[in-house]
Formats: sequence, C-alpha cells, structure tokens
Amino acid sequence: METIQTDVAIIGAGGAGLRAAIALAQADPKIRIALISKVYPMRSHTCAAEGGAAGVIKDDDSFEQHFHDTVGGGDWLSDQDAVEYFIHEAPKELIQLEHWGCPWNREADGSVAVRPFGGMKIKRTWFAADKSGFHILHTLFQTSLQFQNIQRFDEYYATDLLVDDGRCQGFTAIEMRSGQMRCFKAGAVVIAGGGAGRMFPFNTNGAIKTGDGMALAYRAGAPLKDMEFVQYHPTGLPNTGTLLTEACRGEGGVLLNKDNYRFLQDYGMGPETPIGKPELKTMELGPRDRVSQSIWHEIQRGRSVKTAWGDCVWLDMRHLGEKKIDERLPFVRDICISYLGIDPVKEMVPIRPVVHYMMGGIHTDTKAATSLPGLFAAGECACVSINGANRLGSNSLVEILVFGKRAGLSALDHARSQKPGNDAALTTLADAAQAKLRALFMRNVGKESISGLRKEMMDTMEEGCGIYRTQESMAKTCDKISELRRRYQNVALHDKTNVYNTDLLSALELGSMLDCAEAVAVGGRERKESRGAHQRLDFTARDDSKYLKHSMAYYNGLEPPRIDYRDVVITSSPPGVRDYSGAKK
Amino acid sequence: MSDNRMEVRQVELEVLRYNPETDQEPKLQKFTVPCVNEWCVLDALNYLKDNLDPTLAYRWSCHMQVCGSCGMMINGEPKLACKAMLRDYPGTIRIEPLAHFPVERDLVTVADDFMAKLKRVKPYLIPGQPRTLEDGEYKQSPEQLKRYRQYAMCINCMLCYAACPEYGLQPKFIGPAAIALAHRYNQDSRDGGRDERQEEIATNEGVWECTFVGACSEVCPKHVDPAAALQQVKVASTVDWYLEHFMSWVKK
Repeated sequence: METIQTDVAIIGAGGAGLRAAIALAQADPKIRIALISKVYPMRSHTCAAEGGAAGVIKDDDSFEQHFHDTVGGGDWLSDQDAVEYFIHEAPKELIQLEHWGCPWNREADGSVAVRPFGGMKIKRTWFAADKSGFHILHTLFQTSLQFQNIQRFDEYYATDLLVDDGRCQGFTAIEMRSGQMRCFKAGAVVIAGGGAGRMFPFNTNGAIKTGDGMALAYRAGAPLKDMEFVQYHPTGLPNTGTLLTEACRGEGGVLLNKDNYRFLQDYGMGPETPIGKPELKTMELGPRDRVSQSIWHEIQRGRSVKTAWGDCVWLDMRHLGEKKIDERLPFVRDICISYLGIDPVKEMVPIRPVVHYMMGGIHTDTKAATSLPGLFAAGECACVSINGANRLGSNSLVEILVFGKRAGLSALDHARSQKPGNDAALTTLADAAQAKLRALFMRNVGKESISGLRKEMMDTMEEGCGIYRTQESMAKTCDKISELRRRYQNVALHDKTNVYNTDLLSALELGSMLDCAEAVAVGGRERKESRGAHQRLDFTARDDSKYLKHSMAYYNGLEPPRIDYRDVVITSSPPGVRDYSGAKK
Repeated sequence: MSDNRMEVRQVELEVLRYNPETDQEPKLQKFTVPCVNEWCVLDALNYLKDNLDPTLAYRWSCHMQVCGSCGMMINGEPKLACKAMLRDYPGTIRIEPLAHFPVERDLVTVADDFMAKLKRVKPYLIPGQPRTLEDGEYKQSPEQLKRYRQYAMCINCMLCYAACPEYGLQPKFIGPAAIALAHRYNQDSRDGGRDERQEEIATNEGVWECTFVGACSEVCPKHVDPAAALQQVKVASTVDWYLEHFMSWVKK
C-alpha cells in the first residue's frame, strides 16, 4: 500500500477543512499538509449555505448580545466558554475573509452590510446576496491555491483512523480514480467532514452529507455529543427539500396558514408585526426550532395548506417587490421557479420544515481537540458546543472559520510535541483496514440492497426522530436501526471494479449514516425532556435538574451506543426562559 | 397548482457507459425509467442507480445548482443534470459525459486539466494595499462590488469548457471559466495583482486563443458571461500593449 507521510492531515475540504489548511500553511510554510476530500473542495456542502455569517461589527451591537442570543437560542445547552471564544473570534474571521476577497454585500459608504436573522436581537449577519456559503467556500478554496505546502487529495474517501499508542496517527483512504487504498501517516489528524442530514428522507443536504467524519471518529472511540439535536429548517421547498434561506424572512417575508393568518403569533412569538417591517427576535424572526414546531402544530390543527407534497404553509414574499428580491434573494427566486414553477415575486410559495443541520457531532473542547489524542474536529461534524440544543441561523458559517482555524493550529501543536510513531504498527492497522474492504468486495450479492436499507433507515428516522418525538416512536426507531445495522453486515456490492466505484462509496456512506442514526435515536430516547430541537410529546418541559447535560454516545460495536452525560459549561448565563414574544421589555 | 406535474411517465434514457477495466470503448445503454413529470434529469439518474443499475457512475451532490458536480451532456448540450427539467425533454434523453474531457468512467470525467488551469491564473486576492485585521475591512462601494460580482458567480461546473470549440481543438487554451475568474480578481478594487495574472491570461494560450464564438456564455448556468470577461481582458491587454510600445512613459 502506498504511504503518504505528512505532518497534519485534514479529512474534508469544505469551509472548516480549508480554513484549517490555510491556518497551517500560514503558521509554517515548511510543514506538510495533506487535505483529503471525497469530492473536489468546491463541491463541499458549505456552498449551499445561503443566508450569511454572524459577527459583531456594527456600533449598535456588542459581544454580550451575540453571546446571549446564541446561548438562549441554544436553550442553554451551549458551552458558554466555547461561545465566548467563538463570538470574539467571529468578526476577525469575517474580516479575514473580506481581506481574502469575499464579495460581502456593502452599505452605501463601502462598509460591510449586515442583515437580520432569526433569534438574533441585533442585525449582525454578514452576507453575499443569498449565496454566502458559496462565496465563503470559493474564497477559501481559491485562497488555498497560493500555498504550495497544501497538498490536496481530491476524491479520496477515508475509511479508518489509525490509532496506535493511544493516539491518532493517520488513516486509510480509497483513491476513487484508481480504487486503490492509500495509507496516510500524520502527526495529527483534523476531521472536517460535515453533517449527516442524509439519514433523513426530507433534507436540505447534499448527497455527500452522510456523516462519514463523525462515524470515523466514533468508531475509533471518540464519543459523539448531543446527537439527538437535529435542526429542522422551517422553509424548505415541499418537493425537493431545497433550502429557502431564513433571509427570506429576514428581508421581510411572512408565514401564513391556509386562512392567510400569520400563525406564529399563536405560539409565543406575537404580537403580529407590520408586514414588510420585520422586528428582530420575534414572529418570523423567531428561532428555527420554535418556527418549525409551530408549523407542526398548525398541521395538527388542520390549518395547513394541502399540496401534492403534503401539508405546507405559505411563505409570502410578494410585498418585497421584484427589485429587492433580485438584489437580496436572487437564488431563492431561481430555485422556486426551477423546481416549483412558482415565482415568489408574484405568488406565495408553499413550504414545509426540512432536516437541515446536526447540532451534535464529535465531542471537542474549545481547542477543537476530541477525546482521542491526535484527533481534532471542526465544523458541522464536531460539537464544541456553541449551538446547544438549537443553532441560530448564520452562526455555523462562522463556526467553520473560527474552529477550523483553531483545529488546524491545535493539530500543529500536537504534531510538534509528538515522537515519531511506530511505523510497523501503523502499517499493520492499515493492512487490517484494507482486508476489511476486501471482504466487502469478496462477499456475494445477497438480498440486502444499499438503496433498500437506506430507504428503511430514512423512513424510520423521520417517523421516530422528527420534530416531535415520543418514547414509543424513538424506541421503535432504535430497534429498527439496530436491525438495519445487523442487516448491513450482509450488504453486498454489485460493482466489483476499481475505477470510480460509486456502489462501493454508497455502501460505505450507508454504514456511516447508520452508525450516526443510531446515536441520534438512542440519545433522543434517553433524553426525557424537551429542549430546543428535541421536543417530546411525553416530556414536554425542559428539565434542568436532570438534563442540563450533554449526552455522550460511545461506539459499542454492533450493540447500541453507551450513553453517558457531561456537564454543560455555564460561565455567566444561568438557564432562563426563552422569550421571543415581541411584547417583552 | 393542479396540473400534471405529479404524473408518472416512462422516460427513455440513453446513457453513455464506459468502464476502463472491462470495456474496449464507450457505448450507449438504454434504460426505461418511471419518472415524475416535475423531476430533473438528476432525479431520473438517481432512480436508475437505486433501482435499475447500481453500477452507473456519475457525480452529484447539492441538487440545487450550486455545487457544480453534475455537469454532463444532455441531448448534446452541456447542462447541470439538476437544472435540466424533464418537462423540457419530451422524447428520449441522451446523457453523456462532458465533451472535451477524458472519460474516467461512465459520466465521470477527468478534471485535472481544469483544476490545474484554475490554479495557474492566481485566482486569489493579491492585495493592492495590504491591511491588517486591526485595520478592519476594505471599503468597497456597491458600484465597485458590481464590477466583479458577476464573475465571482462561477461554480466551476466546466460546462463552458464542454461548449467551447477552441478548447476542443486546442486543449492548451486556459479557457473561459479560469480567465473569467482571473478577470474577477483583476476587477476587484482591493486587488493589485493584475500584472501577475496578465502573464498567464494575456497570451496565446489565454485570451488570444478565443475566437469569440460565445458558446461559453450561452451554456453558463449562472450567467457569469465568461465571453464578456474574455473580451474585456483582450481590450485591456491591447491597451497595455500600446502603452508599453508607444507610450512607455505613461504609467499603466
């Protein structure tokens, strides 16, 4: 097996992975950086983020306000030391991106413009029309091209971490073009592999978001944290699930039920605000968990709009006018016309909540270090946790920058402090990973198909781990996922050739998703309270006495994960009431 | 919204297949795929892969016209499969890998040449006047932003290379997307790196290879208009040439 020896290896070349790579390249032009991704960097799902990135920059804003919005938005499950670090680094990172060429929208005086976003009390979301993630990703990718010591390995799929002497020292990966396995040996490894939303049938996520990074760390013994918290974005296109950014509402769009009534006022987010004059942190600018839950209730009450794709509510942007929509939301307009045949300038758009983001992920500390020495993680695959039980829109595009950089620099510190590893032991581990893959190739085609298992997984996740959950629904899903993980052991490939084998890729991705899905379901079943995005019909209240804690899921082979708990770090904000009513003082 | 968008019809697909390990040469394979009218071509391919032939290889991810993965030839035209709506294709749909690129397998092409060209044009900000983080952001007016924003919209889907007759004839041509990207930075008020980029793009392998067919702009799914970028670079480099040869005392 060909071996690539490097100082720091990064798995994933989206926003977080690229930011880590650039931080490393700038820290020391002599170190070797290997940047591995299963896709070309600009295909990473960072490109799909639309609305923007939050950072305190304007005179009317303060770090304190960003802190309180984030902690309250997260229903007090965020680690407050992490949030403090995050909010202070955020503006620096956004200015850094500006210096690298990011085309942020501007005010008339040439300063960076900000827009309102859900759950934020002050306008602080930097944006590049409604393609903020796209521009951030391409700015980072293009910037990375000037550093000679970033060696990219595009279209390589990492299969196993190499852990020897109690620390992570590399991994094995398949080169898609040749089908050959490569062994990466590194002083430290950063995982920036993105989320796992594809475990659900209706989601905003790209096909690549299959939890591979999470699963890699999890199987190697690093725990997954708070996996039960899955964010539903309120406004997805009802047929494709395509994201319509929260900026639709930030710019003034409103949500209506079948009677053209702005129903959010019935769910603690009133009183109604004037059309076209959105007020921060209330009504349509409430947080995502509350807005999605309100839509669920409207459906239960029979006040939804019946469509060919199920129950919806209306997103009305007509009053914004063509000029503003074309200036601020051109992509949203394109997408609505393309997939739904509806022009938001002229018609209301039916929408329904859609799985969007995993608050949970690989447990890290504020230095982006996982529990496994030598392994670091950042971005959606990680849980540091700034997002707590519900992420506020526009915090994640900053999280990938702040903690991407942090992960890169922490990994460098670690790599420099280590003695060379035991080469023979690592090679033995890599050979074992290769043998495992070979066994998958050798297996005869059985009755379990990849697409069949995937569909059963998606269906049970939606049924058991949706917007509202019960003991019964989650227990059923736990059993089902457990069954699917066993059946997956017999999954077999139809394609036994080497070059760009997507049958193999799909099989491995399914394995990742199943492992992550089980952590979601078991974590949810064990959390007997309602908090943020984890809402239960049988335990409707938040229970700080028992669950002001992070859940920690430990991999346990074919058995369900062992769940442990870890205290939330509270520095200055004791748990309080989340109030999104506009009437509050 | 009561129309036939949810109706299912049988769609004939002719898909180019090629596996270098088992095939002497590429060939078209026919499939009949039950499709919902409102689907795009990518949905049809996904159905095919999940239900009819798991060995088919193609790239895709976002299904929202922004990741640039799913560029392919659809009835002979370069398209994003996620943007090609079945409602626009009443008959048989022929699906082939992007023209002008080597086929790696089935609909997957080798992108090495494009990636190398992107890097070659120095598509990153080379600051005119460097700033520190403490200095804060560069001031850039909405008008200055508008001068380059269009050229920053490129998703690197490579459709313009598949459409460009020059690139088909002369693979050394740096090509539309990479030149448009260089132009994007040249037009940015924060940038001072134009001279370095001109060395790459104002050459015979650069803009002077272009014969202004304009096919690149026609197929661009993001309206980047690379043809306009190329023409602007040509004009600017002509001005450079005159300044250098006849008016060398004038500072560029």
